[in-house]
Amino acid sequence: MPSATNTDSPVIDVSHVVTKFGNAVVHEDVSLSIQRGEIFAIAGGNGCGKTTLLREIIGLIIPSAGTIRLFGIDSRHLEAGDGHPVHRRFGVMFQYGALFSSFTLAENVAVPLREHTTLSAGLIRDIVAAKIAMVGLPPDSAVKYPNELSGGMRRRAALARAIVMDPELLFLDEPTAGLDPIIAAGFDDLVLSLKDLLGLTVVMVTHDLDSLWRIANRVAVLGGGKVLGVGSMQELSRADDPVIREYFHGSRGRAASEQAAWNTRERRA
Amino acid sequence: MEQQATISIEDNIIRCRGAWVLSNLTQLERGSRALRWPDESPVLCDAGGVTAMDTGGAIVLQRCIDTLRRKGQQMSLEGLRPEFEELLRKIEAQWPQSEHGSAIRRGGWTDSLAQAVQSRQVSILRALAFLGESTIALGRSLIRPRSIRWRTLLRFVELDGLRALPITGLLTFLVGVVIAYQGAEQLRKFGTNIFIVDLVGISLLREIAPLIVAILIAGRSGSAYAAEIGTMKVTEELDAVRTLGISPMNLLVLPRALALVIALPLLTVYADVVGVFGGMLIALGELNVSFAEFIARFEEAVPVRHFLIGLGKAPFFAAIIALVGCYQGFQIRGGVDDVGRHTTISVVQGIFFVIVFDAVCSILLNWWDL
Repeated sequence: MPSATNTDSPVIDVSHVVTKFGNAVVHEDVSLSIQRGEIFAIAGGNGCGKTTLLREIIGLIIPSAGTIRLFGIDSRHLEAGDGHPVHRRFGVMFQYGALFSSFTLAENVAVPLREHTTLSAGLIRDIVAAKIAMVGLPPDSAVKYPNELSGGMRRRAALARAIVMDPELLFLDEPTAGLDPIIAAGFDDLVLSLKDLLGLTVVMVTHDLDSLWRIANRVAVLGGGKVLGVGSMQELSRADDPVIREYFHGSRGRAASEQAAWNTRERRA
Repeated sequence: MEQQATISIEDNIIRCRGAWVLSNLTQLERGSRALRWPDESPVLCDAGGVTAMDTGGAIVLQRCIDTLRRKGQQMSLEGLRPEFEELLRKIEAQWPQSEHGSAIRRGGWTDSLAQAVQSRQVSILRALAFLGESTIALGRSLIRPRSIRWRTLLRFVELDGLRALPITGLLTFLVGVVIAYQGAEQLRKFGTNIFIVDLVGISLLREIAPLIVAILIAGRSGSAYAAEIGTMKVTEELDAVRTLGISPMNLLVLPRALALVIALPLLTVYADVVGVFGGMLIALGELNVSFAEFIARFEEAVPVRHFLIGLGKAPFFAAIIALVGCYQGFQIRGGVDDVGRHTTISVVQGIFFVIVFDAVCSILLNWWDL
């Protein structure tokens, strides 16, 4: 394997990224590094450029300045769709699933295998069935089309497609947005268990405070085109930055942190 | 360096080695298929040499275990690292359902035939319902003309009429040229050059110009209507319109249909003029019929009823195209591919019904000696 996969070096290295759309500056100066095996969350208010940063990391957008390295490879070199081998090493779950509407769920999940491997149809079928079961979807949903699935099921189906190649790195864009609290919590648990089972590094964009408390190892808060703070939720909740304080200590933030504290006590008891 | 993955059998011991990951699976699968499974129990599987394993690798191993189990043999697994063993156990837990792959298979051809018949019935009923609804909506808004959305209507007249002028003009001009050329060849043989006027005038005014314009507009506007309304349906805009208490018929269908009913006759007149002009040019060049002679002959040879019949068909063509387009738009459910499918259907059906209507007209008018 290439030396770039050295275990010590960060999986993702974002350094001094500037992003401009016309006159609008989305990122003034953003630097981050994400280590192997962690669940890293990118948080921040609406419009702070979380999703844009994610799209830059996966090579869908090229930043105006600065560099992003994914497995040590400059993201400029993996501009979307050219079949760079690095594409096999990460999976992406888009916010609205982005399932292909003309394919059934099973066909959707099978797409990466069909495109990138020469496996037999039988083996592909078994792998697809295993992934569908892993994300907790019933086997009979495999023949359904995306518009026949509920929002939560579509999210799980998108996750199954994202992990079908057994990637090292998984990107989740707003994984729990628009899901009810119970299903959202179930989704968080699913991400945790898959991370342990498949040894994933997870990068997620979210502003769901519950899931930040529940599963994120480290969180970066974006705001005003900069990284306002990086750390665990406990560290961030003690931060002095007014925007972070507002973010975590607003009424919703307090409820989420109390809930998290309660959960910890429960677990100890 | 890419690690290989191997599976081999020696004396009732299955040895698994290497990286059992996706990139090695093809090779691994081939290897496991070529194996001769031992006939004696118990079999020992030594997986101590497995350095990496992902879901695909675990599935291949599970398949081997499954093969042995179906032969009724005992097998014990040894040496697999705990993290891989957990993965394997996870795969094993959901194995029975996935084994037959039955969930992934679809119903047989009888099912799909029954479904096709049923959906055909439903779609005929739906089309009739749509026709009824739009007629009622039209009747209502004719009683109260203020309820018609004139601004939207005029915008569609511009988009589907005015903007279509260049392409309509070019096409009918060329068709006029083609008809005149073909006629000129024959007429010259008989020395009846002046009859080029009858040929070009009657065929264009009565049949060709209205039909060409209708076919063009079916491709241009009918498809656009289907795609626009369909996309609105996919993005739930249509539901929003309904819940805001606005009738989609009044908002979307009537302005489009009425706009086409206004625009198509106008386009037809324009096409008549341009097409005949094309014929005139060829008449002059090929048959030495001057413009003055042509126009003088035109007045006596081409009765005005041909023009009126051609023009009279245009609003009906327009109604057919607009209603088929809008109807197909409303039929779109699902997603992206459905939009494409129904857009295609709208054009094909639009042209089909236009030609059927035209044929029926020809037969009826022939009976009445018009």
